[in-house]
Parts: sequence; C-alpha cells; structure tokens
Amino acid sequence: MTNSGAAPRAGGGPAVELCGIELAHPIVNGSGTFDAIAARCAFGDALLDAFPFSAFVSKTITLAPRAGNPPPRLWEAQSGLINSIGLPNRGLAGYLEHDLPRLAQLPVPLITNVMGSTAGEVAQLVEAIDVRDEVAAIELNVSCPNVETGLDIGADPESLGALLRVVRPLTSKVLIVKLTPNTADVAAVAQAAEAEGADAVSLVNTLRATALAPDCGGGAWLGGVTGGLSGPAIRTVALAQVAGVARRVRIPVVGMGGVAHGKHAQDLLDAGAHIVAVGTENFRDPCAGTRIASELKSLQIAGTR
Amino acid sequence: MRVQAPFGRRRVAVTGVDDVGAYRVVHAADPDGPVPWPGQFYMLASEERWGAGEDERPYVPRALSFLGAVDGALSFMFENVGPGTRRLCELAPGDGLWILGPLGNGFEMPPAGPRAILVGGGVGVPPLSAWAEVLTAHGVAHTALLGFRDERHAAGAALLANAVVATDDGSVGHHGLVTALLAAELDRDAAAVVYSCGPPAMLEAVRAMCDIRAVPAQLALEAGMACGFGACFGCVVAVRDGGYARVCVDGPVLDAAQLDVVPVHA
Repeated sequence: MTNSGAAPRAGGGPAVELCGIELAHPIVNGSGTFDAIAARCAFGDALLDAFPFSAFVSKTITLAPRAGNPPPRLWEAQSGLINSIGLPNRGLAGYLEHDLPRLAQLPVPLITNVMGSTAGEVAQLVEAIDVRDEVAAIELNVSCPNVETGLDIGADPESLGALLRVVRPLTSKVLIVKLTPNTADVAAVAQAAEAEGADAVSLVNTLRATALAPDCGGGAWLGGVTGGLSGPAIRTVALAQVAGVARRVRIPVVGMGGVAHGKHAQDLLDAGAHIVAVGTENFRDPCAGTRIASELKSLQIAGTR
Repeated sequence: MRVQAPFGRRRVAVTGVDDVGAYRVVHAADPDGPVPWPGQFYMLASEERWGAGEDERPYVPRALSFLGAVDGALSFMFENVGPGTRRLCELAPGDGLWILGPLGNGFEMPPAGPRAILVGGGVGVPPLSAWAEVLTAHGVAHTALLGFRDERHAAGAALLANAVVATDDGSVGHHGLVTALLAAELDRDAAAVVYSCGPPAMLEAVRAMCDIRAVPAQLALEAGMACGFGACFGCVVAVRDGGYARVCVDGPVLDAAQLDVVPVHA
C-alpha cells in the first residue's frame, strides 16, 4: 500500500480515508472517551502539536443539556471499566456555541456524535449539524431507548431503519451509525443501517454491565444502577462482533473495543474494520492513540516485508 | 492555580521508599517534569504488574496528590487500602512508575490579612504538607490541625511541621475529632482562610463549620478517577448551582461555597 504523490503526513500510521474523509492514520477516538477541550486545559497547545487521533469524535450531543447520572459513575472491573456517565453535555445550542468553535481548532477532521429519543429529536440535531462546515461527519448514537417501545433504537433493525428513513435525507455529510452490542443480531441492525443509507457503521459500544456496592447487601454501586463495560475485558467480544458485521455489510466499519496496542488494532482491521477507534485506553494514557498508530504502522511495515 | 502537564504519561524511576507509621512514602525522579502547585495531583500506575494480577486489578491509574516536589524529585504517600494502593505500596527503588501530571487545580493563595488554617486527616496530609511549604516560602502565617485514627497513623503528622494532632483513640494529642480543634481555633480568632483535605466525612464537617461561621474554605476532594484529565466524566460531585463538577479538571480543590455537601462517594 503506497501513498504516491501525496505529501508526507503527520501521525504514526499509514494514511487512509473514511467515506472520502482523509485521515492521516487509522486511529480515531471512541465517542465520550476524550474531551479535547478539557485536555487542552490540562496539557496546553502540546495537545494540538501531537494530537493522538486522525479524526476527533465528540461526546454524544443531545437536544437539551444533560447533567448526567448521579455518582458513583465508575467501577473498575476485571481488566476493564464499567461506566454509568449518563451522557452529560451542554445540549445542541451549547455545543454549537461553546464546544464547536473550540473543537474546530483541532488539527483533524471532526465527527459529531448525536443522540435523540425520537426521530424528530435526531432530525433536529442532524439538521443543525449539517449546516456546520467545521463538521466532517455525523455519528448517530442509537443506544437510546425509544420513548414508545422502551427498547434501544439500535437494538432492532426495523426501528433503526425507520429512524434513518427520516434523518438520512436531511444531511449530505458522512453519516455513521454507532451500533449497540446489546442486541441479539448486531449484523442485522448493521444491514438495516446500510440499506437505509448509512455511510458507515461503528462498533462496539459498551456492553451493559453492573456492579454491586461492597458491603451493602446487594445494592447497586453505580448511581445509574447499570452501566457499560469497556476495556480489555471486551476485546474478544468486539472482535467477534466486528468480524460478524464486516462480513454482512459493504460500507466501512469503524472497529473498537478494548484496543490498547497496535496489535489489537491490527486484529480488528484483519477482522474487516476499515479504521479503528481507541476508547478506554485513552483514560490510562492520553497519548495512547499516537502510540497505537505507531505500533500499527510498525506491524504493517513488518508484515509487508 | 494550575500548572499544565506535559502531554502524555511518562515513566519515572522510584528512587526510595520510607515507612511513616501506617503510610508508605515513595520518592521518584522526575527531572523533566514541571514544578507542580500544591493541591494538584498525578495519575500513577506501576510499570510492572498493573493489571493482570490477582482479580485483574488494578487496571486504571490511581489519582494521588503529591506530597513533595523539590529539584525534580516527586514524592507520594500511600495507605494500602485496595488493589491500586497495595501495588503502589510494593514499589521498590529502581522500579518504573508511570505518571501523568500535574493535573487539576491546586489551592489559591489567601488574601492578605487572615491567617491560614490547614485541616487534614489521614491520607489527606500530602497536599497540606506541600501547601504549608509554599505558604511558609510566601511568608503566610498558618496553623496545621491534623486528625488520625490512632498512634500508628498519627506518625503522618511528621510530614507537616508544627501540626497539632487529634486522634480518634486519644493515643496522641487531642482525644477526638480534628474539627474540635478547628472549632477552638475559629472561636479564638475567626479571621482565617481554611484549607482542608481528608476523608469525606471530615471534609463535610469542615465545610459545614466554615459555612455557619462564614469562614472561606478551600477543600481538596478525593474521587475515584479513570483518567484525571476530564475525559471520562466519572469523578463528578454535585455543585450548588446545579449539575456536576468534574473533580479532576474543575477541582480537586473547590471553593467550599460551591458545594451544598461533600458526598461520601466524592
């Protein structure tokens, strides 16, 4: 794989593209696992000079502001983390006014992740993001209960298809559907996304999990009672789901789940992912994306010799 | 007050360990790191055997305020209370330690006039020890009041010069809570700024006492964190004006007036 004629690129891995968006290497962040605005406050402009991802995926934006779940929000599990954060965000207006101008200063394409509990809410979010040139792509978080059925929109091919029939025509931007692993047949949901015009799918989101409070007679530890498991504990599950989805759709797959090393990223690529997202490992090292891209590049160079 | 951190975690070498009563103090060489400000913290993980041990924990790094930072030498104080601190207590000279930091907002200097009262308990001593050194260097008069469970833990008072000690069991100093010492200090002279770090119940007692007496207080909170730099949104505390503050980036030092209560799980 060569990149003849192109200018030399920053970043640690080979250049790729996602639905026409040029990326300097195949490693992005998972939504909600890196707050570039807070990180710039902690680390200064060094963050921009060595930005760890080839595109930045925002945390989930909802129509109204959300405070998030009551604490405790975290539980350290066996080789992983259960989180019950509850999607705190400034809401659409706050995102457009406060967050977006700051995120636009990042040296990489921006992907905005949105979630709504009805098709109408998602439509409002998509229409508002669609007109913003700073945003390269929209990712739909469909791990949200349908207000009518109580089931996650993304758990069912029909409800996801119905959502996409409403929102797909509203944007010409790249539209990525972030699939939930908490369903019987993820690939069927992915096929529904492809059939209704999604440009790409991303998976896996966190696996539903819970933890009991120590010495508390069986009560839940997390303020939100259940949360999502991430980290190395889910790596093998993610590999199976990514492989299963990649076999059944032709659109690109953004693979993620427990990636902590370039080898794990290569495994997901081998399973059919087009690019790879890093999530929980960012918590252990904010530069993890750069390291993993570099390890991946070394593996790919070694593999082509 | 915030000193920005270099971007990315860095491996430093453990240069020495000391036992201070019930606590372990670990020294590490960080010659290229910035000089942190008291109240700031670091995310720590041992280079070896972090993850994949018994019960596959610890996995995420642990957030610890620094105890000392002099000439490129950092020190931290641990009490063995869980899988993370157990591993950190096992560190030996020559071992590698991953650190990210300094992170968060530290203490703010008091306005000219009132004296500073430092109120600490247990593993809350380190940021106050570092703060006392800075206050001394700036010529700010201060009093330190420290509470501990018992004599073995009260050895930690040696980390802060001229501290007045209270113990739960009366084995050292005042028999009772450190907040009784604070009440006596404020009765004597209420013109003070309080700086506090310690267990949630103690911090809440300090907050409530300062609130009633209209004494300004800065509280260094403790919280379980996955990242330490605002990414995970896991370490939140409910704030008075609604919603939540992230202890890692909005704190760990918060103005007591921002809180209605210091929660047990902060």
